[in-house]
Amino acid sequence: MAKPIITVEHLSKRYRLRHEQTARYTALRDVLADRARGLLRGERPRAITEEFMALNDVSFTVNVGDRVGIIGRNGAGKSTLLKVLSRITEPSGGRVVLEGRVASLLEVGTGFHPELTGRENIYLNGAILGMSRAEISRKFDEIVAFAEVERFLDTPVKRYSSGMYVRLAFAVAAHLEPEILIVDEVLAVGDAAFQRKCLGKMESVAGEGRTVLFVSHNMEAVQKLCDRGVLLAQGRLVSTGPMNEVIDRYVSENTRRETVFHFEDQVDEAERPGSALSAWIVAEDGAVMNEVAAGRGWELHVQFRMDRPLDGLVVGTGVVTAMGLPLRTVWSTPTAVQPGLHRAIFRFHDIHFTTGLYRLVIGLSHDGVTFHQIHDAVTLHISEATDLSALDRVVNTRSGLILDQAPVIIERT
Amino acid sequence: MTTKHRIVLEAGSVDRHYWRDLWTYRGLFGFLAWRDILVRYKQTAIGIAWSVLRPLLTLAVMAFLGWLFESRVPGEVPRLLLVGAATLPWTFFSTALSEASNSLIANSNLLTKVYFPRLIVPASTIIVCLVDFLISFAILVVLMGVYRFAPGIELLALPLFLLLALVTALGAGLLIAALNVKYRDFRYIVPFIVQFGLYVSPVAFTSADIVGNERIPQALQFLYAINPMVGVIDGFRWCILGADAPIHGPAFLLSIAIGLLMLVVGIRYFRHTERGFADVI
Repeated sequence: MAKPIITVEHLSKRYRLRHEQTARYTALRDVLADRARGLLRGERPRAITEEFMALNDVSFTVNVGDRVGIIGRNGAGKSTLLKVLSRITEPSGGRVVLEGRVASLLEVGTGFHPELTGRENIYLNGAILGMSRAEISRKFDEIVAFAEVERFLDTPVKRYSSGMYVRLAFAVAAHLEPEILIVDEVLAVGDAAFQRKCLGKMESVAGEGRTVLFVSHNMEAVQKLCDRGVLLAQGRLVSTGPMNEVIDRYVSENTRRETVFHFEDQVDEAERPGSALSAWIVAEDGAVMNEVAAGRGWELHVQFRMDRPLDGLVVGTGVVTAMGLPLRTVWSTPTAVQPGLHRAIFRFHDIHFTTGLYRLVIGLSHDGVTFHQIHDAVTLHISEATDLSALDRVVNTRSGLILDQAPVIIERT
Repeated sequence: MTTKHRIVLEAGSVDRHYWRDLWTYRGLFGFLAWRDILVRYKQTAIGIAWSVLRPLLTLAVMAFLGWLFESRVPGEVPRLLLVGAATLPWTFFSTALSEASNSLIANSNLLTKVYFPRLIVPASTIIVCLVDFLISFAILVVLMGVYRFAPGIELLALPLFLLLALVTALGAGLLIAALNVKYRDFRYIVPFIVQFGLYVSPVAFTSADIVGNERIPQALQFLYAINPMVGVIDGFRWCILGADAPIHGPAFLLSIAIGLLMLVVGIRYFRHTERGFADVI
């Protein structure tokens, strides 16, 4: 009989975003000045905030002994969820019932003080994570052995290597004995051997019947460690269930999501007349995605900025196979452009490529000189044609790189 | 299922286990205080010298000012002892207030990463100030030795007045610490309060100069008595110097009342805003 240890019901967390904020923090001075201005004009202080739902109506339950992986893209609300569950921040709506002692590990070495020695930091960090002095003393040798820092116990941790620091910090946390352990992405640090050790430790923690909540971007680690999953997207619960199913859902949603590739500005930015900013693929149905079914037409949209007027700008793109073979190059006629934002649209409706991965190269040139070139601008995935209507256009996707239904004249002789 | 550790998290819900939590986290309170003390005195020369130099210099300047403005010295009491008995609690109060006010910002990395009753942070910083107080108290004992001055039985009441100073500093410190999380310009206000307070508290002068002085209007005398540090300092003088420095009864009771009121207001405001600290800090 499964017993719920964590019950999350309609949980919401709302943050206020401040606009036109120049300083990192609020000054009472500004607040008072704003109020005073409002009073003088006889109006209420103007609303300069916008609300943002970091968590929106999330409900799920976790049973005793579950190892739950929480996954989702950046900004999906994973960290906020952990913060609410660890009681660092309070929910704005809904409720959470926790039936046990919670220890959270949102950062490696919270409260470590560089001036203090390893020994002192073990006690301090243990206390911060909720252990009693007796508990720490009992486990002290175990912690030291796990962290492999015996020789440096009385050295201030500011002299530790980053590896030692992380090992010591994780060792303290790993010896907590809460009923619920909440872990955020801490395995992203340390060398591979230590990461394996940490994973092993967490597995044994879960093996002892304790409940583990684990947030990570590392699908391999999540899959290995967790038996149940929670998938969040934009603050909402997308899916919960067996880990494998949730990961499948995450992977499929992520390959189908809109994809816009942004290019970082180069250092020599000032010297060139303009720069490509971003690019994306638009499918026949207008969807922005970097996966197109074989035989379907698609467009490449390139957003670029001109800093100087130019007479004869040429925008070009090249399609390169996954093996590195340049397959096709397309370029515009020389065009006069003014400073500002522009978009070039390349239509690939005539020639079709076979299934596989392609890299698109994007270049801006003038007078035969390319002033901005991005080699790995866009990754395009041409997938197997799935619907029947494409069949009249694609016969066999294995018979060449370029598939073409040319106007072939068939006549009776 | 154990219901011992059942925790319900809801928007705006009052945490019924707060004071119990505070008790279970008493270990952390000790460790934070211990950390601050260790760090403070690790750079030994500076650490101890600071807690000796500061009260000593304040003492010298205040005694000089008192002499300059001809503040009356009661009985046979040496002026340095009279001013010293006031410098001690004032230094304790002012450092405790500044440290507590700044403590949440200084520990923001803890606040955003772990749960514990936040009250622990400002409260534990006051412990370091207590240690400083004990060190500077030793200076006063040396001074008493130099003047061959033996305190009377009243000295036993000293912890009570120290407690009053602590309660006042904690109350004001909690309030300002909580405000400081949201409005960072309080870090400019605290040094001002501390500086201003030194002039309106009876450090360079005595309450006898103010209370009952015909040249000072009644309203100002009342304003003077509102300052809870007046009661604390008068009390310290009485404990150390005995009957030569009598406590003014009504003013003293007012100090206690204001000190307790500050503690209540401080704790209430702190508890009210505490749950949002991690969101705004």
